[in-house]
Amino acid sequence: MTRATLPGVVPVENDDENTKKKNNKKNNKRKMKTKIAAKIIDEELHTLKKKYYASASGRSLKETISSKKDTIISDKKTRGKFERAMELDESAALENARRERYLSMEPSGVLEAETEKGERTWRFQQSEIIAHVDVNAKKKAFDLRLEGSGPYRSVDFSPNGQHLVIGGSGDGGHVANVEWNKHKLLSEIYLDENKDDENMREVGVIPAVKCVKYLHNTEFFAVAQTKYTYIYDKRGLEIHRLDKHRDVFAMDFLPKHFLLTTVGREGIVRWQDTTHGEIVAEHRTKLGKCSVLRRSEYNAVTHLGHSNGTVTLWSPNQGQALVKMLCHRGRVNALALDQSGRYMATTGLDCQIKVWDLRKYQELHAYYAPTEVKAMDISQRGMLAISYGSRVQIWNEALTTKAKSPYLNHQFVNGSKVFDVKFCPYEDVLAVGHSKGVTNILVPGSGEPNYDTFVANPFETKNQRREMEVAKLLDKLPSEMIQLDPNAIGQLRDVPKEVQKERREAALRAEMEAKMKQREKNESKTKMKGKNRASKRYRKKQINVIDDKMMAKLEAKKAREEGYKKRANEQGRAKPGVRAGAASDAPRKPDDAPDALRRFYK
Amino acid sequence: MKVKVISRIEEEYTRETKSEAIKIHRNLDPRLRPMHRATEYKRALNATKLDKVFAKPFCGAFEGHSDGILSLAKNTQNLKQMASGAADGEIRVWDCPSRKALRILNSHSGAIRGLSFDRTGGKLVSCSDDRSIRIWNVPEAELGELGSRETRREERPAMVVAGESAYRDVDCHWGKDMFATAGNCVDLWDMNKDAPVSSFEWGCDTVLSVRFNPAEPEIFASCGSDRSIALYDCRTNTPTRKLIMQNKCTKLCWNPMEAFNFTVANEDCNLYSYDMRKLNVSTCVHKDFVSAVLDVDYSPTGREFVAGSYDKSIRLFDFNSGHSRDCYHTKRMQRVFCVKFSMDGTYVFSGSDDFNVRLWKAHASEKVGTLLPREKRKMQYNEALKDRFKHMPEIRRIANHKHVPKSIHKSAKLRRTMTDAQTRKKERRVAHAAPGAHKKEFKPMRKERIVEELE
Repeated sequence: MTRATLPGVVPVENDDENTKKKNNKKNNKRKMKTKIAAKIIDEELHTLKKKYYASASGRSLKETISSKKDTIISDKKTRGKFERAMELDESAALENARRERYLSMEPSGVLEAETEKGERTWRFQQSEIIAHVDVNAKKKAFDLRLEGSGPYRSVDFSPNGQHLVIGGSGDGGHVANVEWNKHKLLSEIYLDENKDDENMREVGVIPAVKCVKYLHNTEFFAVAQTKYTYIYDKRGLEIHRLDKHRDVFAMDFLPKHFLLTTVGREGIVRWQDTTHGEIVAEHRTKLGKCSVLRRSEYNAVTHLGHSNGTVTLWSPNQGQALVKMLCHRGRVNALALDQSGRYMATTGLDCQIKVWDLRKYQELHAYYAPTEVKAMDISQRGMLAISYGSRVQIWNEALTTKAKSPYLNHQFVNGSKVFDVKFCPYEDVLAVGHSKGVTNILVPGSGEPNYDTFVANPFETKNQRREMEVAKLLDKLPSEMIQLDPNAIGQLRDVPKEVQKERREAALRAEMEAKMKQREKNESKTKMKGKNRASKRYRKKQINVIDDKMMAKLEAKKAREEGYKKRANEQGRAKPGVRAGAASDAPRKPDDAPDALRRFYK
Repeated sequence: MKVKVISRIEEEYTRETKSEAIKIHRNLDPRLRPMHRATEYKRALNATKLDKVFAKPFCGAFEGHSDGILSLAKNTQNLKQMASGAADGEIRVWDCPSRKALRILNSHSGAIRGLSFDRTGGKLVSCSDDRSIRIWNVPEAELGELGSRETRREERPAMVVAGESAYRDVDCHWGKDMFATAGNCVDLWDMNKDAPVSSFEWGCDTVLSVRFNPAEPEIFASCGSDRSIALYDCRTNTPTRKLIMQNKCTKLCWNPMEAFNFTVANEDCNLYSYDMRKLNVSTCVHKDFVSAVLDVDYSPTGREFVAGSYDKSIRLFDFNSGHSRDCYHTKRMQRVFCVKFSMDGTYVFSGSDDFNVRLWKAHASEKVGTLLPREKRKMQYNEALKDRFKHMPEIRRIANHKHVPKSIHKSAKLRRTMTDAQTRKKERRVAHAAPGAHKKEFKPMRKERIVEELE
């Protein structure tokens, strides 16, 4: 059975059994070993394979189809096509799984505690972890103390994880673009916006930088400031001022669609295309100011967390929210989405952290935090980082299962406050923006160890970056394609047979009914159309009734006509209405002339 | 405590010098590629659009004739060679890569209606309205000859056979030194004899076309002016089967890969594919032309064919599709009398009334010349994507769109209204007739045009 489903595995040869009887026992043993080894490989492949099925649900096309009992394809040609598609699906998944085994050279990071000795991972200090890793990895953990320009409300990694942009709000606003792996500062901007604007000074200390975000590569980043949002290039030069995005509190970038999405004080979510600068859509959430926004990597839908405890899902194609979920009592403080698009973690004023299943929109588990959680992020491999007060906690496998204890803990100096946490893609690093600067801590096992050169390349050269940019632009998806199910594109909508039948019958019934009605109407009607109105009948009758009024009318008419005749005869003028050529010098009409010749006389 | 953190040493992931190849790392995990289906759809759409952008099918014209081209012949043994015959009796043998005439064969006094290279590619048989058949030795291009300004003329054929009537078509046997001609009857000739070996007659005054089956060389077929298609076997003295259609068939061509299938060009603007074994129904009706179809020729792969028409256009069809894949036309091209597919299946020749032989690409947007492996893979990927999303409305709309001249567009519209009206009328007659009375009238298109089948 296993052989049939896994064509790639070479079956154990049986030929030598007859020829070499002497070493039979030994051979058998060896065979058993190889068989077991092959079986282990089989199982491994089988589990790996699931990831690569076209449906992406971990089920092959075969399984999906066979689970639907009533989909028996009667047409031979279609059935053949389906069978071929199934085989292709199976073989492609297997091939990819096999490739993955050879490609995935790098293992992911690990942190293991010896529980017998009483060690727990969440008790490990950063200093201990740093002491145990190699020199190269040691450099990744650092602490930027920028006390004057804190708090750092927003940090962001570039898509390949090599660049870091940080936004500090104190002292007029500070933005820095750093190649953090090499400890190299690329550009630094002091905004000083508050100093010039008198209104702002009156209001008090308002954070100047609210959000920073990289666009499609390391070249550009967007900064949401007190009033407008700006786009800078990596040298720190202002490229654009986005006037439409006013008072933005949170933003994100959809790299596949090249859309910058923002939300802020007005509670209006906007999508702006960064290739041609047009605002693609703006929708009023009608839920007040909003400072929590995350995009789903799975389907590019924008998730907003509101002050009334709801989380709403938005696409630029619909003026209403796609989904509204009541997640918390009180404000939603932060939310995070995992890479597969299945899980969402939210946290709010009620000090709860909830994990949601985004396929059913149901709560999976809830965790309690001692105080309000301010920031949250989920790593590529599904680790959840949360921060409250001056503490950062990382939870492993807290999404799929209900975790008992955190994975890692990190405490900042008392009095400092954590504002933002972000995992670095393709690295085991978490960046923390707090009131006294930015700190990178090591989180073993959080990042994806194997990158793909054609998806995001940490070691990209200038040419590669340029080529990638062109490739990405060619594959740019139109904003119309943003929807909850990203696999619906290119598929036919399946109308169930019963519904089809029902619809057909309903249409037939309606037609028959209309026909019957018409027939009845036609048969019942015998009289001529429009002649049988009551008022008309009455008026017709009245014509023949001659009363005093009518008599007077008739007499008056007669008199009038006689009067005309008389006058005409006297003056030789024609009766009104008869053209007689009064101005001509034709002879006067003799009395005996017939009436037909009138026109020849005056 | 056991700790391991991702730690990539840059030297291991990048190249040392610029001469080295760039190191590439792959991770096939679908989670790294979200919205992959949408991306592939976009790629398919782009590929379809690019196909239209790069669609430049016209390669060049072979100039030199001073009258309309009535016949073309391809040399089955020599990819570079091709011959054309004009209405003034001139035959030119062409060298295709240089687009120059190798020889001008000038001896016929009437229009050349049929031309055919023999199976060795060494002889060319021509037949004409002047009641003669001439056999020529095919010249080899001599060194330096193509560079000279003057093309050598030749006036003496290797053999002249005087016949009784004007000849309409000629075709050489694929296995023997024989050829068949179409005139007032179908004659079978030996290359070395000046009288027909046998002749076939089945009640028609003019035979328009004759073609040998390339896979089953003893079998051949003809089209006649009595609206017939007749099948013959060289080994017998009588025709084997005959089919009468409503309109006249002008030309016929066998599918080179499927011995029993052939396609005829009909004067009712359609082409009909038939299975030789089952003539009561055609396997496919190929529509889209708006005037009489004058010639048809299959690609050596047997998967597609080209047809030329009196409406001044050439169309390419898949062997089993009802509508054309592409339509070629130029402002100066007049009525197309003859078309031929090249022996490598990548080019198409057309001869028209405007004295020119034209060379076209069989796939309008295909890149000519060798492809780099990476380029090739990309093309294959694009093809697969186009095939996967071909039913999507936007892609289908772009892929199916063909720009045609105004006259063709208008008459196609007119034809559509006419056919629509006819079908509507038929439907109504059937609907209002007594049960079974009009069943005969409502035949499918594949049977409708067939009058009768004779044996």
